[in-house]
Amino acid sequence: MVELWFAILAACVTAYVVLDGFDLGAGALHLVVARTDEERRQVLAAIGPFWDGNEVWLLVTGGVLFVAFPAVLAAGLSGFYFAIFLVLWCLVVRGIAIEFRSHVEDGLWRAAWDAAFSVASGILALLFGVALGNVVRGVPLSADGWFALSLFTDFRPHEPVGILDWYTVLVGLFALLALLTHGAAYLSWKTEGAVGQRSRTIARRLGLGLLVLWPAVTGATVRVRPTYFSAFASRPLAWLALVTLAAGLIALFAGLRRGRPLAAFLGSCAFLAGLLAATAVTMFPVLLPSTRDPSLSLTALGSSTPVAGLRTALGWASIGFPLAVAYFFLLFRLHRGPAVAARGRDGY
Amino acid sequence: MDAGDALFWHRLQFAFTIVYHYLFPQLTMGLALLIVLMKAIGLRTGDRRWDDAARFWIRIFGINFAVGVVTGIPMEFQFGTNWARFSRFAGGVVGQTLAMEGVFAFFLESSFLGLLVWGERRLGRVGHFFAALALFAGSWLSGYFIVATNAFLQHPVGHALTEDGVLRLADFWAFVLNPWALAQYAHTMLGAVVTASFVVAAVGSFYLLQGRHADSARLFLRIALPVGLVASLLVAFPTGDIQAKLVARYQPVALAAMEGRFESGPRAAIAMIGQPNVRERRLDNPIAIPGMLSFLAYGTFHSEVRGLDEFPEDTWPDNIELLYYAFHIMVGLGTLFIAILVLANVLSWRGRLERSGPMLWVLALAFPFPYIANTAGWMTAELGRQPWLVYGLFRTAEGSSANVHAGTALFTLIGFAGLYFVLGLLFLFLIVREIGHGPSEAPHG
Repeated sequence: MVELWFAILAACVTAYVVLDGFDLGAGALHLVVARTDEERRQVLAAIGPFWDGNEVWLLVTGGVLFVAFPAVLAAGLSGFYFAIFLVLWCLVVRGIAIEFRSHVEDGLWRAAWDAAFSVASGILALLFGVALGNVVRGVPLSADGWFALSLFTDFRPHEPVGILDWYTVLVGLFALLALLTHGAAYLSWKTEGAVGQRSRTIARRLGLGLLVLWPAVTGATVRVRPTYFSAFASRPLAWLALVTLAAGLIALFAGLRRGRPLAAFLGSCAFLAGLLAATAVTMFPVLLPSTRDPSLSLTALGSSTPVAGLRTALGWASIGFPLAVAYFFLLFRLHRGPAVAARGRDGY
Repeated sequence: MDAGDALFWHRLQFAFTIVYHYLFPQLTMGLALLIVLMKAIGLRTGDRRWDDAARFWIRIFGINFAVGVVTGIPMEFQFGTNWARFSRFAGGVVGQTLAMEGVFAFFLESSFLGLLVWGERRLGRVGHFFAALALFAGSWLSGYFIVATNAFLQHPVGHALTEDGVLRLADFWAFVLNPWALAQYAHTMLGAVVTASFVVAAVGSFYLLQGRHADSARLFLRIALPVGLVASLLVAFPTGDIQAKLVARYQPVALAAMEGRFESGPRAAIAMIGQPNVRERRLDNPIAIPGMLSFLAYGTFHSEVRGLDEFPEDTWPDNIELLYYAFHIMVGLGTLFIAILVLANVLSWRGRLERSGPMLWVLALAFPFPYIANTAGWMTAELGRQPWLVYGLFRTAEGSSANVHAGTALFTLIGFAGLYFVLGLLFLFLIVREIGHGPSEAPHG
């Protein structure tokens, strides 16, 4: 049961990154791929109906941590205190930018929101990568199960650690690049005309960057946490994740080259999902490693709520999650086809 | 600053962010009901003016909802950032309802919000009605999960302690169907309907006073006044009454503090006016109705009501003055709402409302007060719960994050204050503009 909830948690994180990832990436990129007001509204029309639902996966990830692994939620959120609030404030600014921008027909008003939207989206993509880097590297958990992190120390991924070091910043940049590519792939699928064209070109260029940065990040992870990769010897799921990831990359490039943008976007989804699945499989059962002493790490088994509570939660989750997926497909079906820019004060 | 200061800032940050957040859902939850009613009447009668009215309110709903969403996200995360020791203690129980809110309510709301606000043409008339229904169901479900979570803190049921000294869920249905939750939910949602009714009535009256959009304004008043009257009556009786009896039974010390009652005795009075003087242990300059508190709490005028003197001081709510004022403001305003709405409905039924300038003025200006009453109601609930975070089980002082310093919490509180101030200005700017534009006749999307 605890293993299952570890998997559900990993699935929620993956759903969040794959789904909100495309609107974060598209948001960060839109100043580049969309130049005129109409083009920007094309981008907003492509993500407007979905962004809020995508972001719910972040809340649900928090909810799953809360109900299944409360000690991890408690230690993690309080330990990363400032970083969490930076994320929350960026989420506030970004959400408001999407929803308020087109209510007023004024060039300056809209330009200001476009800039806020783009910057906040970019910072969020970077921060989520830094967060993932921190979780992989570990935090200075002490024997009582708490920690507090400075923003940075000496930029080395060893004690005393900070939120930012060369490893976590590298993962952050990689995440930013991966989500920009993801957003570009999404826009090349959901938009036509100049925006779609520019998105395709940018997706291809950013994708090449991924090919360079991915091996670098993998190499760095081997250096920071050599033990994680031993999992590949004993866990076949890790190989499956790796195959998904590689197949995703191939589909991304092939799709962009052959003018099959949906295949390219799904490839990007598979790439991100494979990457996160590989991370989850290699980390299991650790949820938050301690840089002080591996025995102080918070593990799924050590920090879960009693099994009866997990079983109860599985009961409602098995009704709730299928419903969420059903809404998602209904929504995509209702908004099928290329996104069209709205006019006047109406629409996104 | 020491740990005691840190607790204060953690509490103030949560209080500030939740009070600010709840300004928006209380309107959207109530407005969702009114929008569903407008769309339903429009469908039934075929009268397109109801669709125009609904379209106007859906725009207002959309702006409010957006602010509600972005100010709601920090709430969930603050359990972990600022109340980490509480989260570790109670996550196994309260995590259930908070996670369920995300899964059952937020997915539903977020999927249909865009369709409701911008999809009228895409969905058609019936489809658009169902989008409104989805938002109504989603937002009212969301409300239930939050109230059920709070009800557990007020009156914990369905739980057990593990060997590690943390809470675990023992009986799911007892927890989800906590009697406190059912009463509090009805009371809270009706409060939200009162807010929405006053807001809709205010815009209607404003347009009539301005002499613009008179057709729409009449529809606004026609729906808001009766719905508001029913809701404001039900807020008081039976839901408020049941709440008071639950407090009397399970939190008698909170009841004593709400009334500033320092000494026990029969025929307990309810004060209309008066200030609790905690140092001297009395109510200064009280003007009171004898026997009323006994009646409200226990159903007879001569019942014994225990005063604060019967309880150890370390179980007293820690801000008796604020608790007392919050409770009295809620009750006083609730009574005033009934009076205003009875009068407005009588005038409306007799067809004299439009010619009654003073009544239109009152309605146009009364809309901030339900916000105050709802806020005061929540303050009564939350201050009355002190010094407990989970009533009788876990003290507030034990719940904050020990690894977050006072200055750090103050810093983020100031950050929220600045961000939310700007957000509030932008929000008001857009709402004022929407009211200036008024209802439009063409569906969009």
